[in-house]
Amino acid sequence: MADNKEVDQISGVETTGHEWDGIKELNNPLPRWWLWTFYATCLWAFAYWIVMPAWPLISSHTAGVLGYSSREQLAKTVATAREAQSVYLNRIEDASLEEIVADSELLEFALAGGGSAFAVNCSQCHGRGAAGYVGYPNLNDDDWIWGGSLEAISHAIHFGIRSDHEETRFNEMPAYGRDELLTREEINDVAEYVLALSGSGEDAAAAARGEVTFAEQCSACHMENGEGNYELGAPNLSDAIWLYGGDKSAVVESITNSRAGMMPAWTGRLDEATIKQLAVYVHSLGGGE
Amino acid sequence: MVEQAVVEHTTAGVTAGRQGGVERSDAEPVNKKEKRSLYQKRIKIYPKLAKGAFRRWKWVIMAVTLGIYYLTPWIRWDRGPNAPDQAVLIDFPARRFYFFFIEIWPQEVYYITGLLILAAIGLFLITSLAGRVWCGYTCPQTVWTDLFIAVEHAIQGDRAARIRLDKAPWGVEKVLRKVGTQVAWVVIAVCTGGAWVFYFADAPTLAADLLAFQAAPVAYITIGVLTFTTYLLGGFAREQVCTYMCPWPRIQGGLLDEESLVITYNEDRGEPRGARKKGDHPSALGDCVACNQCVAVCPMGIDIRDGQQLECITCGLCIDACNSVMDKVGLPRNLIEYSTLANVERVRAGEKPRLRLIRPRTIVYSGLIAVVGAIMLFTLVTRADLDLNILRDRNPLFVALSDGSIRNGYTVKIINKQHQERVFGLELVGLPGAVLTVVGAGADPGALAVGPDSLASFRVFATAPRDSVTDGAVDVTFRIVDQAGGAASNDTVFRGPED
Repeated sequence: MADNKEVDQISGVETTGHEWDGIKELNNPLPRWWLWTFYATCLWAFAYWIVMPAWPLISSHTAGVLGYSSREQLAKTVATAREAQSVYLNRIEDASLEEIVADSELLEFALAGGGSAFAVNCSQCHGRGAAGYVGYPNLNDDDWIWGGSLEAISHAIHFGIRSDHEETRFNEMPAYGRDELLTREEINDVAEYVLALSGSGEDAAAAARGEVTFAEQCSACHMENGEGNYELGAPNLSDAIWLYGGDKSAVVESITNSRAGMMPAWTGRLDEATIKQLAVYVHSLGGGE
Repeated sequence: MVEQAVVEHTTAGVTAGRQGGVERSDAEPVNKKEKRSLYQKRIKIYPKLAKGAFRRWKWVIMAVTLGIYYLTPWIRWDRGPNAPDQAVLIDFPARRFYFFFIEIWPQEVYYITGLLILAAIGLFLITSLAGRVWCGYTCPQTVWTDLFIAVEHAIQGDRAARIRLDKAPWGVEKVLRKVGTQVAWVVIAVCTGGAWVFYFADAPTLAADLLAFQAAPVAYITIGVLTFTTYLLGGFAREQVCTYMCPWPRIQGGLLDEESLVITYNEDRGEPRGARKKGDHPSALGDCVACNQCVAVCPMGIDIRDGQQLECITCGLCIDACNSVMDKVGLPRNLIEYSTLANVERVRAGEKPRLRLIRPRTIVYSGLIAVVGAIMLFTLVTRADLDLNILRDRNPLFVALSDGSIRNGYTVKIINKQHQERVFGLELVGLPGAVLTVVGAGADPGALAVGPDSLASFRVFATAPRDSVTDGAVDVTFRIVDQAGGAASNDTVFRGPED
């Protein structure tokens, strides 16, 4: 090999011996700083293999002498966060809903925590802004089926509506059309009357006929003036808010086939502190009573 | 080949002597253009200590700039009970920047931008007037390198002694001097890194914490990194930073013109150079006595007699060296001087040299400084200490209530930059019949309290009758009024159904 050494005349540097169209590559040494950095990174790599988890094995991996694990790290981070929150969480667990709302510090914490819990657990049906959808109540407004007090909201979250929990809220309206309790004409008249309650009816004669049927069939739950009843979960029919739509066909559909929305019970799935925060959050959206 | 050059050089340094009453040096300009090669290993420069007006200036400027750097964090400035009393403080956790009477919040970072623009244009102006004075006198790299060389000089002696020491075999004296120099450098480097962190926290508290090993890890890491960079850049990299790392010499090349002051060797007067006997000035020779002192003192390792060079930081030490020699041999001073390239031509053409300070580029730079400075001063003087931000709820856009009225939700943020608590009344202008409510027990839109030097956020509902909203939206204005004086407002919209 020593015989093949060729030194470039101009630069005095050895060439690699490779030639392209008369151009030869000089074999300059690597810059020192580069070389030392390279050695340092090699050393670093070896040290890293020893102290940190590095090499995959068949069913596990080398653990490293430091015993570092990203899962443990995460668990620790979560535990630390829990620890930091526990001051507030413990207080929230001990406090009544009214006490939470009265304490500005707890309220701030509960609104933030309730907001996150809502986004994860509730927004699928009620919407990210809690504005609901047809059949899924808008939680921002002041119209409630089972009541909008802190306790009523808390109860609904705990046990749900028509859920599998034994304390669940359960309201049932007869399917007047399907079960042939009322004729089509009667249903039409009642619908006109119900619409007239909030000032949007069109046929006054039909509404007058419907008033009689309403008093017989509906007022037991929806009350005589149609304002509904929290105890029975009977919606207020006299206001401007309609869960299933306020046009006549929607009202006729409700009377004919009845409606039965449902919400799962969250007790057992969410801890008590989270449910309290959720109740406070929903109550704060603007419609709380 | 490289090794050879170093050996040659170090032998050369000590063969200097005296001739004609003038100290001579055969110092080589190691960074001379002809000698520069891409694969050239750094050749160590042994700058000789110059004596004269520019050296004195450099000592003064070094003392002042280092003094400012090391002492500023310790200056106290009373801002009242709710704010720190450090005159200059960059408080990252609280997101505040304090500079004497100025206090800046993160959203006012454009003051820093303005300051940087001013600094840049100021540097442009100075450079076009007086060349690279920033590089030669005030640049931290220059100041710290100068300080490190001064330490070297104090412990190892002047140029010739340092060259001798490097050549000498290792012995007790060499070890002591070399180790002493390194220790002194490290101490300076630690102090440099140490002073930096005091700008970011209360200096006395942090100093106590640092000594007790109680300070945050980031403080120690910052000190460590800056210690390392100071030690490396001041002790070893030195002139290479200016020549190879710093973009500024290249930029300045475009800022200089023929009327800028630069270090100039008066070639017409100096050449042909040559040694002579004292008091004897043969007419065949110019004024340059070829003593090489200008090269020996140069911290950049160049020969100014080669003309303008990228490496020259215009520190003026060669002027000092040359003037001392000129005084000794009885020739007029300023063979090397601060002059302009245009003046060299003027003298050559028999005209009088003059300084043209007012030129289009200096007028443009001065004008820009005046404009940016005026804008900054105006914004600083009229800086509001109260700010109101309104975030409209976008989900839901609006809520229809059971009585048919429309409700909009807003997040109202009030920024109180005063150092005392303030109470504001909130009102909504532009929507008759609207009622405001604030979320939270006991919250009253008529009395929203905001703590000192802080931001408070309120959830506010505005409710208005259905028929007050036409075409889906109404332009409204939120307004806060402090009974004790001060008001702010912000525009937003109130949305309703699109009929």
